[in-house]
Amino acid sequence: MKLSGWGRFPVVDAQVYVPRDVEALQELVASKPSVIARGCGRAYGDSAINSSATIDMRRLNRMLGFDPKTGQLIAEAGVVLCDIIAAFLPRGWFPMVTPGTKFVTLGGMIAADVHGKNHRRHGSFRGCVDWIEVMGADGSIQRCSRESHVELFEHTLGGMGLTGIILRAAVRLRAVETGWIRQTTIPAPNLRSAMTALERAQDSTYSVAWIDCLGTGENLGRSLVFLGDHASAPDLPIHRSLHPFATPAKRKLSVPFNFPCFALNRFSLRTFNSLYYRVGAWNRGQQLVDWDSYFYPLDAVADWHRIYGRKGLAQFQCALPLSGSEEGLSALLQAVAKASAGSFLAVLKRFGPQESRISFPMEGYSLALDFPITAKISDLLANLDRITIEHGGRFYLAKDSRMSAETLRASDDRVGSFVRMRAESGWKTSFQSAQAERLVL
Amino acid sequence: MAHKFAELGHPIQLAARQSKTLGAEKTNLQLRYGVPVTLHEFDALLTETHAQFLAMLPELPEIAVSIVGLMGSQEGSERDHLLASCVMRSNYEGPANILALLANRFEERGSGTLVGVSSVAGERGRATNYVYGSAKAGFTAFLSGLRNRLAKRGVHVVTVLPGYVATKMTEGINLPARLTAQPSEVAEGIVVAVKRKKDVIYVRPVWRLIMLIIRLIPEGLFKGIRM
Repeated sequence: MKLSGWGRFPVVDAQVYVPRDVEALQELVASKPSVIARGCGRAYGDSAINSSATIDMRRLNRMLGFDPKTGQLIAEAGVVLCDIIAAFLPRGWFPMVTPGTKFVTLGGMIAADVHGKNHRRHGSFRGCVDWIEVMGADGSIQRCSRESHVELFEHTLGGMGLTGIILRAAVRLRAVETGWIRQTTIPAPNLRSAMTALERAQDSTYSVAWIDCLGTGENLGRSLVFLGDHASAPDLPIHRSLHPFATPAKRKLSVPFNFPCFALNRFSLRTFNSLYYRVGAWNRGQQLVDWDSYFYPLDAVADWHRIYGRKGLAQFQCALPLSGSEEGLSALLQAVAKASAGSFLAVLKRFGPQESRISFPMEGYSLALDFPITAKISDLLANLDRITIEHGGRFYLAKDSRMSAETLRASDDRVGSFVRMRAESGWKTSFQSAQAERLVL
Repeated sequence: MAHKFAELGHPIQLAARQSKTLGAEKTNLQLRYGVPVTLHEFDALLTETHAQFLAMLPELPEIAVSIVGLMGSQEGSERDHLLASCVMRSNYEGPANILALLANRFEERGSGTLVGVSSVAGERGRATNYVYGSAKAGFTAFLSGLRNRLAKRGVHVVTVLPGYVATKMTEGINLPARLTAQPSEVAEGIVVAVKRKKDVIYVRPVWRLIMLIIRLIPEGLFKGIRM
């Protein structure tokens, strides 16, 4: 069947298998020349596509155990984050680290070593993973952790499924008193003030800035900075404190068709972005926001990627080291504004320290942008790649759909050892995605 | 199926052969929905054990769903009468027997819902599938009679004719996607049917039309069609 990532580019004709149990999975791994595991398909590009054998893991989705003393959940890789929240938030538990959508599998979160708005405080998803069970090329299952099979553990986190099939894992959840977030909104007229606000926010659990990419000159980097902390029981108004985990049901919106290519233009974006900024500035200060609206605003609009039209969208996300951040970010934003390439909003996050073999984050700043795919876009993206590399930054494989192998190597000197590790362990021949082929991993 | 009812807060009793292998599924249901789940050894073909099985249940359920079936290969059933008998017993005698026993207890209590998953294959005998189809036809007629009998006794009976479903039974068969329901769709359909007290449901509505047409073809014409 035709398969693509969330960005709907590229589209690849691929064989998809849906194993129901471990034995069926072992048979697939043994019989196919190479395979890649796939979860909800929320990586933007071709990370979870193998034309000869893509393995849909969503049927291996049992929750196997939970320890209410430590908050440790043991589950199969196909369990979806929204089900974890549905099951455990009413009992006072929330994911330690969550990406911007709840429609991701546990296996996918480990493979991409996802991060959230609390990276600065709590690091990437890695931090809450106690152990992972990975199926190797011979069908054997190895449990790896910080103590045993350390290399497998470290390369599997952020390894994009290229170290074997992630089968089960133990992850720790966070105890929360309510399903609400105390959000503070700070309007920032330009990049420097946004960065200052983020730097000062070290005591907030969550922090993120939404940048209006169309701002130029003194408006460059105009943003809304959102800080957040889990609300405790006394923070809630009386009528909510009786049911601290109940949040209002949301109306489900969806995008029923692909927008035509002219729908996103300089004017519609400019209007949207300034409205967004004004409404945000109007709501400055503190608010109580339910967890779903706070962490997953885009999930409320099913198939939102259709807004970008039939040809799909390309995501760009880089991380810059602290030292090169301000200069690098303003160069990136200038390039985007100059090209008028129409990103709705950019997301800026402050990353804390991160030690890992191949995961994306590094201490500094991360900028994420999305663009509709057009004829001119590849020049702009190549330009953004160059600026990132010049400032010592690197790229997020879960977002990538078009980078070259050379660009990846120029941005990340860990790639060499990852590739060597793959060759030595026999992973290279057995676990292969379209992205890995393109990037020669 | 169990997931949909557990999600609504119903306690779950899972009955199957080799019920011990369902331990992980039991934990899964408990963790996800926080409802009590119990496992019970049950073999649809050992009809003499059914009364004992019911007596052993910790509690008579409010809703009972029978999802029992064996397709077998039509050719195999034509050659091997033991296989044919097994297909007939698995699809008719076994499920009908357990539902009959449950029906009596529900009638005594004056409440309850019985759900039998039968098949569109029972709507008309076809050359390629009539052994299975005839057993399902018997089961469908049994459910219809049961519903008729219990209508005034507070017990409701739902007949489910799912059409094609993407399960292990149909894996490897090339089924048209538009006519093929996912197991979760069937489960959703059943939950709605139980709630709204529907009598006969086809999971995908298009099957109602298809089966109407297939039933209307005159036998003289039908025997010449290979389907």
